[in-house]
Amino acid sequence: MSKTFRMGGVHPNDRKISNDCAIEVFPLPRRAYISMAQHLGAPATPAVNVGDKVKTGQLIGTPSGFMSANVHSSVSGTVAAVEPVADLAGNKVMSIVIDVEGDEWMPEIDRTPDIVREITLDGPAIISRIKDCGVVGLGGASFPTHIKLSPPPGKTADCLIINGAECEPYLTSDYRIMMERPEEIVLGAVIMMKALNVTRGYIGIEDNKPAAIESMRNAASGYPGIEVVVLRKKYPQGGEKQLINAVTGRSVPSMGLPIDTGAVVQNAATALAVYEAVQKNKPLIDNTITVTGQCLPESHNWLVRVGTPYSEILGAPDGIPENAAKIISGGPMMGKAVANINAPTVKANGALLLLTEEQTRRMKSSNCIRCGKCVDACPMGLEPYLLNKLSGAGKMDELEEHNVYDCIECGCCMFTCPAGIPLLDHIRQAKGEVIRIMRSRPKK
Amino acid sequence: MSDTLLFTVLTMAVLGLLLAVVLYFVAKKFRVEEDPRIDEVESVMPGANCGGCGFAGCRAFAENAVMSETLDGIFCPVGGNAVMKKVAEKLGREVQEKAPMVAVVRCNGTCENRPRTSIYDGCASCKVENALYCGDTGCRYGCLGNGDCERACPFGAIRVNPATGLPEVDENLCTACGNCVKACPKGIIELRTKGPKNRRMYVSCMNREKGGVARKACSAACIGCRKCEKVCPFGAITVEDNLSYIDFTKCRLCRKCFDECPTHAIRAVNFPPRPAKSAAAPAPQTAAEAVEKPGLPKAEPSTPEKKEEQK
Amino acid sequence: MRNLIISPSPHIHGRENTRRIMADVLIALSPAMLVSVWFFGLSAIKLILVGAVTCAGAEYLIQKHILRRESSVSDLSAVVTGVLLALNLPPSAPWWVMFIGALIAIGVAKMTFGGLGQNIFNPALVGRVFLLVSFPVIMTDWSVPQGLFGGSVDALSGATPLSMVKEGIASGLTVEQILAQNPDLSYGQMLFARVGGSAGEVSALALIAGFIYLLIRRVIKPTIPAVILGTVFVVSGIFWLSDASRFTDPVFNLLTGGVLLGSVFMATDYVTSPMSTSGQIVYAAGIGLLTVLIRFFGSYPEGMSFAILIMNATVPLLNKYMRPKRFGGNK
Repeated sequence: MSKTFRMGGVHPNDRKISNDCAIEVFPLPRRAYISMAQHLGAPATPAVNVGDKVKTGQLIGTPSGFMSANVHSSVSGTVAAVEPVADLAGNKVMSIVIDVEGDEWMPEIDRTPDIVREITLDGPAIISRIKDCGVVGLGGASFPTHIKLSPPPGKTADCLIINGAECEPYLTSDYRIMMERPEEIVLGAVIMMKALNVTRGYIGIEDNKPAAIESMRNAASGYPGIEVVVLRKKYPQGGEKQLINAVTGRSVPSMGLPIDTGAVVQNAATALAVYEAVQKNKPLIDNTITVTGQCLPESHNWLVRVGTPYSEILGAPDGIPENAAKIISGGPMMGKAVANINAPTVKANGALLLLTEEQTRRMKSSNCIRCGKCVDACPMGLEPYLLNKLSGAGKMDELEEHNVYDCIECGCCMFTCPAGIPLLDHIRQAKGEVIRIMRSRPKK
Repeated sequence: MSDTLLFTVLTMAVLGLLLAVVLYFVAKKFRVEEDPRIDEVESVMPGANCGGCGFAGCRAFAENAVMSETLDGIFCPVGGNAVMKKVAEKLGREVQEKAPMVAVVRCNGTCENRPRTSIYDGCASCKVENALYCGDTGCRYGCLGNGDCERACPFGAIRVNPATGLPEVDENLCTACGNCVKACPKGIIELRTKGPKNRRMYVSCMNREKGGVARKACSAACIGCRKCEKVCPFGAITVEDNLSYIDFTKCRLCRKCFDECPTHAIRAVNFPPRPAKSAAAPAPQTAAEAVEKPGLPKAEPSTPEKKEEQK
Repeated sequence: MRNLIISPSPHIHGRENTRRIMADVLIALSPAMLVSVWFFGLSAIKLILVGAVTCAGAEYLIQKHILRRESSVSDLSAVVTGVLLALNLPPSAPWWVMFIGALIAIGVAKMTFGGLGQNIFNPALVGRVFLLVSFPVIMTDWSVPQGLFGGSVDALSGATPLSMVKEGIASGLTVEQILAQNPDLSYGQMLFARVGGSAGEVSALALIAGFIYLLIRRVIKPTIPAVILGTVFVVSGIFWLSDASRFTDPVFNLLTGGVLLGSVFMATDYVTSPMSTSGQIVYAAGIGLLTVLIRFFGSYPEGMSFAILIMNATVPLLNKYMRPKRFGGNK
């Protein structure tokens, strides 16, 4: 019996075209553009200067605050520039530009394919190693992993949940690593369980991936305390709050953090990065990126070094089909539209999706017919139609009263709206403003 | 039959009387004491409740005007000096005259000048588009054209022209309440003095990129060449971050910068067309605006300067 | 390379749109339409056509010439209103009654509030009730026009079961006596359209087929119809148990009158029903209760239209106070 979260959700067609494409190593870029803002929080401070020689895996950006993360060079070569580079939205972000010369790795990194099963480090050492290696959450939000593994004082974790739901249509990178590197993911989970000092670990996988469930079950069989949980295929099953609810039955309270339920959620790709960091001493410098779309002649799952421009991955301009109208970094429900195809990849990139105009063009919006489908679809139990209306009227106090800040921006409301109303556009905007107002208020 | 009629009428009369008495006492008991001058001041206010003064509507303005010691810093942009004079009269205070202001849109990025580099398909809101990405042209500083300013304007004075994709201000309707300034996420709209005979000059660009980048994005962008800064006899122009700005308190409307600007980024509004030179190569915007106001009296180009000096 | 499309997420949309939903409602109504055409022939076709065309035409003209905005006729919502109204009239009603009703439905009940999505009351029902109070004789004349291919005219009695019962009780008979006098009033005949009534309510089976279609297509959720039918069953059951000679039995009440048509097609109207499931339950229970009370104690034999309209008025309140349950509980 598959588990699921308690309310809302939609069923987009999953279109996992690249399911059976094994992970291939993508060639090194000619030039790597390594952003200093690859994580939630303050951007890192560049630690190299123009002209410096760097090796693959060398630290080139240091954290500039509590909520920040290390950045490492993903290539070896010479620093060509330390300057703002346009990201996928066209906004300038401080970056280190490296001209690639060969591929010389830092000597302390273990590059052998052998699986290291014995965990020698203790809890605090694991967390500091994860921090040193610049591991961030690879599910999309890029939350620094070491912070998530250190619950704030007064709160304790009692279980770890590995998110292998991959509920977004098209995406297959997590599926591929679960198929190809299951034991390393399980070891990553064991390492994080040790760091959190918990004995229970769950790996949540949607029931549309029976092979991955099988593969992870086999891998986890030798590790007590880790259980594979089969989840129903429903978007947003991989949302942090939804996943905790589906797996443990607990609900993260409104305005609360996942840790309030005792659960810590980490993405499957993050678990792999944690394994590589702790057991192989390898910083987070590459990730698996699904390149897919029905308009592409063939889809791929590439292992790409961080900082490779999208245009190289897509083989632009010839590699982009004439009918591709939108390029999305991430999945079709929550990914970001790419405005600048020369933007470099960042740690948390999971996919490049090409959609045609017919697939993605928004329909003309018409009157709300008050069908309530958005209310039924909202996994947070909000009333999107009402939030949209209040947002239009600029009623910030009422928006707060109706919990606009609980919105997880999953897009279910807009996906399901038969009138094609851009609900989430307005709600996201209102949410930002309401949260700003709430933060500016003096604490009671 | 007549009994019924009589009874009904009597009941209604007694009921009415009783309720009137109740109302009278309730009104007495719950009466709120208020400075009567608040009502007086409110009566001379324009009543637009636009919030342009910084208070929540005309009533709040009146309350603040009555409560505060002086009228310094309190100004109704809609009513302007005329209303402020009346307010001062009612309160027996002094008020300083302010030059009338108008909103100007500092962007030249028409569809022709600034080619589109992507197709924005989100909801029609500049705020949303601005939060999403740099905008659908090569210019990160320019107008997004979704009309947040238009929706913010309580007077219908600013409208996006579908032909250019840029908002245009109707200076007769604009009261300089500043709502559009607050609504624009790019900070393009500025309140400037209306100027003598409504003539004014401003740099109609916000692009802070280097010249080449700015020019590539928009053919009418300010490229920070500093020619205007050099030519200005009054030191009214400063160039910072590759962007020129005309200080309207110093500008004497001589139009030297206008002639000098290589990209026509500087706009001169409501000047009559020049007889010889400008007829050959008029900036398209100026020509359009000059045509819009055919009734303007023709004057020598130097008159505004002189008038300014006479003041 | 061409310019890319940029928008905030989500980048894909479900298959649903307003027109598709309205088309599904029309498809779901088609068994009922076919049955009414089978039994009432040309007059049913005439009513349905006049209703659909008048509603669509009125909406188009009002939007085009009075409101001066883009017409939304193509979303088919006006056609649905017209067809529903036609199915709610007695089959013998003249075309001009249909025409007036359609004008009222669209012009008064829908467009004055701002069009689709803004109206408080179900337009088709406003049209019907307007006709009912304006033309009471025509609206309660259940004489049967010629059926298509001579469809079994004789079996159809000239009055609705509810009005027969109402008149019977008024003349001092008990329910058993009335039913004994009218052998046509068996459940089987009600299911298969052998009783008198408005064009759309003669066959319970056709309506149930439409209901199932709507459920499969996920156009509606079963909540509202189920709660209405349940409430009607329970409330009328209580009365029936208390005095079987005065009150008809629950199954009779479910199969007669507009209960099925109303609960499946009218009460579930998106615009005029509450958003949250809890609100929908209260709304539907209110309709069921009011329907039975009007039937048993009111002067009209049938209470569905009034019950729905009364509960329509409570929808804004229900939306305000019956909120969906929030994830993570209330603050």
